[in-house]
Amino acid sequence: MSPKTLYDKIWDAHVAHEAEDGTCLLYIDRHLVHEVTSPQAFEGLRLADREVHSPDKTIAVPDHNVPTTPGREDPAQMTEESRIQVEALDKNARDFGIHYYPVNDIRQGIVHIVGPEQGWTLPGMTVVCGDSHTATHGAFGALAHGIGTSEVEHVLATQTLIQKKSKNMKVEITGKLKPGVTAKDITLAVIGKTGTAGGTGYVIEYCGEAIRDLSMEGRMTVCNMAIEGGARAGLIAPDEKTFEYIKGRPHAPKGGQWEQAMEWWKTLHSDDDAHWDKIVTLKGEEIEPVVTWGTSPEDVLPITDVVPSPEDFTGGKVEAAKRALDYMGLTPGQKLTDIKVDAVFVGSCTNGRIEDLREVAKVLKGRKVADGVRMMIVPGSGLVREQAEEEGLAEIFQEAGAEWRLAGCSMCLAMNPDQLAPEERCASTSNRNFEGRQGYKGRTHLMSPAMAAAAAVTGHLTDVRELT
Amino acid sequence: MEKFDKLSGIAAPMPLVNIDTDMIIPKVFLKTIKRSGLGVNLFDEMRYDRDGNEIPDFVLNKPAYREAQILVAGDNFGCGSSREHAPWALADFGIKAVISTSFADIFFNNCFKNGILPIVLPQEQVDALMKDAEKGANARMEIDLEAQTVTSSDGDVFHFEVDPHRKHCLLNGLDDIGLTLEKSASIDAFEKKMALERPWV
Ligand code: SF4
Repeated sequence: MSPKTLYDKIWDAHVAHEAEDGTCLLYIDRHLVHEVTSPQAFEGLRLADREVHSPDKTIAVPDHNVPTTPGREDPAQMTEESRIQVEALDKNARDFGIHYYPVNDIRQGIVHIVGPEQGWTLPGMTVVCGDSHTATHGAFGALAHGIGTSEVEHVLATQTLIQKKSKNMKVEITGKLKPGVTAKDITLAVIGKTGTAGGTGYVIEYCGEAIRDLSMEGRMTVCNMAIEGGARAGLIAPDEKTFEYIKGRPHAPKGGQWEQAMEWWKTLHSDDDAHWDKIVTLKGEEIEPVVTWGTSPEDVLPITDVVPSPEDFTGGKVEAAKRALDYMGLTPGQKLTDIKVDAVFVGSCTNGRIEDLREVAKVLKGRKVADGVRMMIVPGSGLVREQAEEEGLAEIFQEAGAEWRLAGCSMCLAMNPDQLAPEERCASTSNRNFEGRQGYKGRTHLMSPAMAAAAAVTGHLTDVRELT
Repeated sequence: MEKFDKLSGIAAPMPLVNIDTDMIIPKVFLKTIKRSGLGVNLFDEMRYDRDGNEIPDFVLNKPAYREAQILVAGDNFGCGSSREHAPWALADFGIKAVISTSFADIFFNNCFKNGILPIVLPQEQVDALMKDAEKGANARMEIDLEAQTVTSSDGDVFHFEVDPHRKHCLLNGLDDIGLTLEKSASIDAFEKKMALERPWV
């Protein structure tokens, strides 16, 4: 047998039909659904008088619109349009008999946090969701990617997706990370190097010692932003850490099925002499804590650097950089650490897991959020919230003067009440710094949870390594 | 789905790179549960000021481009969120084709599902078409999907590639789900096999 990459293996194990031109029907093992990108798909099913093909493999949770303040079950807390979307999901989930975690369920949270937490996401699976950050689930060695609403309808109706195979790209992070450098810095540094279109047409497999050393939470952070690098999906081969994380989760296999699954899971890695269409290597020791300065996730610089000038770029990027600097209200040459922030957001499917909250608590412990800065900490799920309270993290947050919220997407995308005001500047652990992403004319700097917490206590972008 | 075969229309130039789906349709408009009606909010934050007045400089507000059916855009068009609202908004406005050097993957897929043809051409050809589009309403471009060509207003012809399956579906206005359901025997067989090999799924 010819050597294969991990992606090749998962792909081959899911082709239900292949046409002569190479177009495949890829079988989908898990379909995650949220309220924003699904209403038109369910409407399509109803109009065509179709059923959900596999309700058992379909999991729904509202996250994008839900408020993150207490008393949110009260429909009056949502705008009418948000309420209609959440109610539509509620009705669709019940009518079509799919798994469902409503707003008031402790298991509710951001769809990409709930899936792994409940053991829905397993190695070697195909996982899709009408959301680009589905790549997160790749941390388990699952082929996971975002799809559009027409495709959501297609998967609901047929449990398959029409796909052509992508190319294989290897992103290797060698060596060890320096202290203060985290999974978020890795993933931003990779995008900084490859650009937001560098992964277009590829599925990325992240590997190397620095990746192996990451926890499952960290690996999810890395894969989460594969899409920001343009890739269809990001993958990390499963290992003991993966199996350890999965074991005992509500929907993980049990007993004899666990043994049977393990047998297959252990084969899920790229063969030594597998073919790669593109290879990118970064040295772990050379990665610094980074932040973004502009309005594209590729606008990444080490925190020790200065704001660039449009002349530093070429081609279409010159115009884009000018526009970004203007939008962000920054001057070329300004030190990044001199940039003052008004708000700090910790949360999202990139960095809303327990480990992220622990990192933040480490920085906040015994410190106060700077005057005039508003810090919002939003756990990725009700269960993460519960655990953070048990571990005493929530107390640290509140003593520091941060707001401790309920689970949801919150200010990652400002579709709910959590938004930046125009020209407000935010240090954010989320994944997108696009214009208006966190609120109309809001200004976003992406960074790791530790760096966001450092910015919260000093009131400006800060190198977390200098806070001792 | 609406068929796409030939198009002769005005092309609007949008040279900016990395135009993301938040720019194409800001998230405040994702709260709809319908597919239609998003055209008025296409490029909303670039097109209108906070009070809802048109920003005259924005290309689609200029008299020459109000009826544009084609966009010629900078690299990596449609990156960001997977929202299909982006092609819905483009289609609702009347855009039927977008030409660029590259597109983000999910957006590219979503276009085909909504009767929009995304065309990838090399940089110098996109540059030439960008110049052509800048001439305004007199410069009508022609797109022929069957022949896989874009013809500029000066008569320059550029050939583009398109996946044969997608071309077939667009030309005939075929619905994917219907086509897939014709293969339900293969899906059933696959599920039977999986029930034995990977029963935990
Ligand atoms: S947290 Fe942000 S990126 Fe993640 S699913 Fe929610 S809106 Fe999307």
